[in-house]
Formats: sequence, C-alpha cells, structure tokens
Amino acid sequence: MAKRDLLSMSDLSRADVELILDTAESFLPVLKRDIKKVPTLRGRTIVNMFFESSTRTSTSFELAAKRLSADTMSIKASGSAVDKGESLKDTILTLSAYSPDIIVMRHPHIGAGRLAARYTTASVINAGDGKYQHPTQALLDVFTLRQTLGKDLAGLNVWIVGDILHSRVARSDIEAFQLLGMQVTVAGPPPLIPRDIEALGVKVAYDLGKLREADVVYLLRMQMERMQAGANYVPSLREYSALYGMTAARLRAGQKVMHPGPINRGVEISAEVADHPDTLILEQVEAGVAVRMAILYRTIVGYDERQPGERGAA
Amino acid sequence: MSARVFSTARRGEDLLVRGAHIVDPLANLDARADVLVRKGVITEIGEKLQTPAGVRVIDADGWLLLPGFVDLHAHLRTPGREDEEDLASGTTAAAAGGYVAVFAMANTQPAIDSASVLEGMARQAAVDARVPVGFFAAVTLGLKGEQLTEMHELAQAGAVGFSDDGLPLPTAQLLRRALQYAKVTDRFVAIHAQDDSLMATGVMNEDAVSAKLGFAGIPAIAESAAIAQALEVARYEEGRLHLCHVSSELSLEHVARAKQLGVRVTAEATPHHLTLTSDKVECLDARVKMNPPLRTEKDRQALVAAVKDGLIDVIATDHAPHAPEEKEVPFEVAPFGTTGLETAFAALYTATVLTGELPLATLVERMSQAPARLAGIPVPTIAKEQVANFCLVDPQAEWTVDPADLHSKTRNTAWAGETLRSRVRATVATGRLVWEARD
Repeated sequence: MAKRDLLSMSDLSRADVELILDTAESFLPVLKRDIKKVPTLRGRTIVNMFFESSTRTSTSFELAAKRLSADTMSIKASGSAVDKGESLKDTILTLSAYSPDIIVMRHPHIGAGRLAARYTTASVINAGDGKYQHPTQALLDVFTLRQTLGKDLAGLNVWIVGDILHSRVARSDIEAFQLLGMQVTVAGPPPLIPRDIEALGVKVAYDLGKLREADVVYLLRMQMERMQAGANYVPSLREYSALYGMTAARLRAGQKVMHPGPINRGVEISAEVADHPDTLILEQVEAGVAVRMAILYRTIVGYDERQPGERGAA
Repeated sequence: MSARVFSTARRGEDLLVRGAHIVDPLANLDARADVLVRKGVITEIGEKLQTPAGVRVIDADGWLLLPGFVDLHAHLRTPGREDEEDLASGTTAAAAGGYVAVFAMANTQPAIDSASVLEGMARQAAVDARVPVGFFAAVTLGLKGEQLTEMHELAQAGAVGFSDDGLPLPTAQLLRRALQYAKVTDRFVAIHAQDDSLMATGVMNEDAVSAKLGFAGIPAIAESAAIAQALEVARYEEGRLHLCHVSSELSLEHVARAKQLGVRVTAEATPHHLTLTSDKVECLDARVKMNPPLRTEKDRQALVAAVKDGLIDVIATDHAPHAPEEKEVPFEVAPFGTTGLETAFAALYTATVLTGELPLATLVERMSQAPARLAGIPVPTIAKEQVANFCLVDPQAEWTVDPADLHSKTRNTAWAGETLRSRVRATVATGRLVWEARD
C-alpha cells in the first residue's frame, strides 16, 4: 500500500472525510470507558515534531496515539539538532532512519509538511504549516458540528470572523466546510482579508451587519503580533473589539459559536459568549482526540475499508 | 569605447549547414537554404551548395537555423559563488540553449564595481567562457545603494551597462544621479524596479493563489509604482533607462506612455514570466519562487502582447542558479530565482509560438537581434560576410526537462518536469561550433 500523507484538506475527498468522521465516532465510546485504551496500533511508531509552540494539537495527538497503543516520540525544535542549524531535510532523514510509521509535524513555514514528505517513507500528517493548512483542526471542527447539528451539514451558513490573512485554520476550514456543502462568508478588517479570496468561493464582509444569517459563527484569535505599532492591520485592539468582537448582543438565539483556541476573552470573544451553552469551544477540544485517533488509524490501515468501527473500537 | 565580450580564443570553423530552414527577420529570410561558413565567416547562402574539400557538413534537414540568442541578464555567480555557477558551466548552459553571447549581472561577491574586478573577470573568461561573456558593472559600490561606481573607467573596461540588479536602487535621487552621470559613458542604467515598502515580506504574487496558500503576497504595484517613478526620473533627465524583468500588466501601461512621450527607455521580459503563471506555486516547490514573482494569466498575456508589438524590447533570462541546499527548504525561506539559459527558447517556442501567440520571427528578434543592438555588440544575422552567430533547432524534438540533464551547476529550474517542444541541436558563436547535442 502506498503511503498516504495528510498535508492539506485537498488530500481528502468527501467520502474520505465522512469515513474519518465515522471512524472518530466509533472511537468515542473508548474515550468514555475507565480503561481508555485499545491495542489497535500496538507496535506502530509515531513521531510528533513540533517546530512551533502548541498545546491543544500536540497534546491531543500524543493522547490519541497513546489511546491506540502506539509508541510515540515527541521532538521540539528547541533542544534538538534544529538549534544547531540542522535543515528540515536532514532532521527528517535522520528521524526516518528509525522507520516511524507516521510523522506528525507542525512547522512555521508553508509547505514544510510536503517538503518533509518527499524525504521520508513515513506518512506525514500536517499539524499546522505556517499560514497554509491545519487539516486535523478542520476535521475536528466538522466533527464537532456533525455531533451537534446532525450528519447533514449541507446548506448551513458559516461565518469565519477575524484575521483571515494569517490563518491556516481559516484556509483549512473553508475547504472542509465547502466539501460538506456549507456556504462560507469571511469577515474581518479589510487589511486582514486576503485580496482575491472570493476566488475560493467565499463571500466577503467587512462588517457584521448580516451576521444573523449565519448558522455557525467561527471566531479566530486576534494574534497580538498583528497589533504591534506600525503593522497597521488595525489601528487598535479597542477598535477591533468594537467592530468585530463577539458579544451576546451581536448573536441571535441558536447560533453556534466556535473558536480554535486559545481565546482572548474581551478581544474577539466576550466572556458571556465564551461561556454560553451554544458555544462549542470545549466540544472542539474534546473532539480533537477522537478525530486524531481516527486520522492516525486511517493513515495506517487505509481509507479503503468503508465499514468503520468494529476493529477500531474493539 | 563599446561593450566588450570575452571568451576563449579559437580559430573560426569551416562548416556547411545543409537544408535548414532559416528564419532571420533582419535579413528578411524565411526560407530553406544551405549556409557555408569558412574560417568562422558566412561566405555563401544558397541552394545545394558544393561541399568544399575539408569542410564539415551538418545535415540540418527539418531543423531551423536562427540568429544566435543574446542574453542581457544572467547571474553567473562568479566571482564568489562558483559552487553555484562559474563561467564555464554558465556558458555551457548558454551554448546548449542557443546563445552566442551572455551578459552577467554585477551582484557577485565581490560585486563587479571596479575596473580591476571586471578585468579579472575578462581574464577568467578568456580561459573559461565557451560562449562570449560580457559584464554589467554595479551602479553603486558593493551594491550598497550609496556611492556611485567609477562608471567611466568601467565603461572603458567594457561594461555593457550599469545595474544593481537583485536589489532596487533605494531612492529616486540615486537613480537620478546614476542616469545623469552615466551620460559620460553612453551606457544605460538597468534597474530592478521594486518598491520595498510594498514588497514587504512577500514571497509570491498577490492573487487568488496566495489567498489560497497563505503566502505573503507581492502586489503588482510593488513593481508598477517603482517603474512609474523611475520613468518620471528618466524622462526628466533624458537618461537611458533599461527595465529588467517587467512582469505585470500594470507596469506595461506606464512603459507604453513613457515610450509615447519619447523617454529613452527599453524593457525586458523573462521566459518564465512569458510562459508560466502563479498557479505553479501550488506545488510549493521553491524552484518556482522568483522575484518578480510569476504573475496571473492576464499579466502573462499582456506581457506576450507587449513582446509582440515591441513595447517589450528584449527577452532576457534572469538565469539565477541557487545551490540545492538553499532551494530544498520551505518556499518562504528559499532565495528567489530560476535558471533559464538552457530552456529559454524551447519554453517560449512551446508556450508562445506553437500556440500562435507569437510569430517565430518576432521571438527570434527579441531574443537575438534586439538585445545585441541594445548591448552594442555585432548583431547576429544570416548574411554573407557576417561572422557566424547562429543556432540550429529541431522544432519537432520533444523533451521533458530533467534538472540533472541540464548544464548549469544547479537544478533550480522552474520547468522541471515540463514537456517542451523544440531543442537546440548546435550553436555557432563568433564562428566557432560551441555546442553540438550528443544524440
């Protein structure tokens, strides 16, 4: 079987996505048991390489691998040979000498996963590459929606609000939402909306006047480095919050609110919204483990088996 | 004092090229004929020429015989980065691409910013250069954008023109002084037009592809705004300005207006901007990272139209070798540049001539005669008593570009894996057979 990488959402068909989501669902009971472990990937080796800081993604990948009984190694850029000037190519070649089955990689540069995939026989799973893709986040986002709103997400309207320009979550989620038939609007300050993004089939809004048409409001973190003096993406945090911060007053009853975390309370999201039952932030975190278990499992056993569950959850 | 080119000295060849189809817009030739070369000079053109004793015959039936190409923009990396290219490898790639003269840019280490460095390169070329090489001199010492070079002495040493290419001139005032002072030399100033504040941290064209991939965009206005400003300065000073690698439709509008106003401006476009577009960047491979970046299909078509109507004067490669370890890194951290000498004609023939976008004669004029005229060297043409400067091209040949097969020292070609039509089979430069394809 040829190795299968997961580098961007475009590596997946709609059927692949549905298979991953069904597989994730079959793993949910495992995570609710007292002994939260299955022997499915015993003897398999998974390397987690995080060249960029991460809490949620790295811990949930590690937990997912352990729940499946795989052997895991975690490498961070600091304290490794990367500090000594080793190139990405050489780091990958070196780790590949241990014959891992999967390399999970986060890297600050776009396309780093694809570059790594060229130099290893391991399957590479992209856990975030610069501003381009974060496919496992997108998959857990659609999984969360499916668990909340039901299997058919087609026709739902989602607004992604905030710094679209620098967001790999936005780029992956646009593809994932569209793949499942959802309509996407991106909203935010004009300097933070990429030029020509309409070509991706999304609508663009510079204000939240029509936000109530959304079934789902997906908030992005306002990254503090964008707020530095002279960057001029927005004049101030204060004005950003006034125009785009999500408050209860902006929302109508029943609208679901999502956020990839970490959140800045009082900036892109008010405390009231953050703690509201229609806000799915913790559901997203919880979904992370099951979805990443499903991705690790499918990457190793393949996407051909269309009967999910029994073996995985056994 | 005129621009000089330097190469290894060898005797001119005796050759009879039989049966090629000659396309030479200057000689107004578009016909099949034999060409006899004696001691490196074309002595006869006609049908069924007799083969004089001792003359080598090249059977060129079905091939094209074209005036040899002249590249006004190559980075030969010598001195300083001979690991990436030296005069021998660079001119071998040029010969294999049908070039009969190449002009090297001055952004070397050290920069070509004094007559002594240039003379050193000329001596090196006399040992190494398979195809005649000429040199640009820097506009400013060390390309630092501060102090003008000794332009008069550099021109006397044979510099073809002045350029800090690779970097833009940092201020309009510096361009103004360069254009003013260059008048003592009768040479042009060639600029890499770029507004650094608009370029910012961009790594590819700003368009729908950068929106999708998340790369910081280089907006077309980073080029066009700088060109508009430079043209104003050139107009005011009546200086000779050459615009390197024009890439965007927005820039062309400014060039057209300036030419109408009589500004002494010439412009070049590269094979990659004329044949490739930014959707190539979806491969995320740094081979397709260059500056200016690959633009949109609309820009490409505007650029081809500008070549056709003469708004773009010359096609120049911007051949830019980079070491594998510099390019085998994530796109954002890789240096800008693609090689181009060996693929230029085939890429252009495939993407513009075979598609009907450009007449072959126009392509030949822009790749050969126009740049030679601009450089001030003898213009390659297929006529009696002319020194033989031509290439033979098999227009039927089809080949897939494998970087390992090319003669440049590095493998960073944007055309890797592309299937191209036509291939240079032989090149005769200043009367010498400098290239012959093996098969």
